[in-house]
Amino acid sequence: MSLDSLVIAGKTFSSRLIVGTGKYSSHAVMVKAHEASGAEMITVAVRRVNISDRTKESMLDYIDTSKYFLLPNTAGCYSAEDAIRTARLGREAGLSNWVKLEVIGDERTLFPDNEELLKATRVLVKEGFVVLPYTSDDQVVCRKLEDAGAAAVMPLGAPIGSGLGIQNVNNIRIIREFSRVPLIVDAGVGTASDAALAMELGADGVLMNTAIAGAQDPVAMAEAMKLAVKAGRLAYLAGRIPRKLYASASSPIEGLVGRSLTPSP
Amino acid sequence: MPHLTPLNIILNGDSFDLDEPVTIASLLAKLDIDARRVAVEHNMVVLKRASFDSTTVREGDRVEIVNFVGGG
Repeated sequence: MSLDSLVIAGKTFSSRLIVGTGKYSSHAVMVKAHEASGAEMITVAVRRVNISDRTKESMLDYIDTSKYFLLPNTAGCYSAEDAIRTARLGREAGLSNWVKLEVIGDERTLFPDNEELLKATRVLVKEGFVVLPYTSDDQVVCRKLEDAGAAAVMPLGAPIGSGLGIQNVNNIRIIREFSRVPLIVDAGVGTASDAALAMELGADGVLMNTAIAGAQDPVAMAEAMKLAVKAGRLAYLAGRIPRKLYASASSPIEGLVGRSLTPSP
Repeated sequence: MPHLTPLNIILNGDSFDLDEPVTIASLLAKLDIDARRVAVEHNMVVLKRASFDSTTVREGDRVEIVNFVGGG
């Protein structure tokens, strides 16, 4: 069975894994990890250029933009206004009108401020952006984002960078059932089984950064994530068996050695 | 020699002195920044790259110059 593609806002991606560019020990490791991940879409952050120190290399020197689709984020923004400014800057710095929209509401948990997120989504959609909002695992918020014109919904599995895995499986399942736009599980993945679980629940994709960049061997973890996302997608499409409390034998009862099927006289 | 009027702008949040009003394009060149790698906001308005040559920075203006860095 061949894997189906991920389509967001009319653009087709053969990989359902979206990876970040933060926290890598070196550009070289990042490049290898991206390669191993098989991802086609990668996230980047928008930050002020260091005016006094121009020696730092540009990250774009290490990203082949003919091969990877750049998704600028608005990470670190705490208001709709800042997120909108950052999205507009990202559009000019980059090559597309796509944005991973983040409006953070709390410093410690990095949970989204969904009220500001909705505000920013409405404005940016009106300006022609393809908005992919990072949000809570809340079906009502996801529906409102969808109604506001978001091209996908990206609920968290767990807090950003926590590696806790998907904390509320049922919420993701419910969002899957209701969502008419692609569902990307964004944040919280710790290891391959978390990514596989997200896909088995019916997510259309998974977005991660720390799980790969922070692994002891990021390149190996990137490959693990690629396989997990594929395995999870296949399992979802294959349709799992229902859960049962008791056993159901896999081998036939008939023809067992030493067992008599006819009652003894 | 033309008369120079020194001015002060807010560049990426910090005070920055210029000898005279300059275009965004010459400001970037002066700072040794590749214009193709950055985006610029001038007084809260994000500029199209094509307008870097025609936009002039004046006294008290706020300029933000950003680029892409690693992120998730």
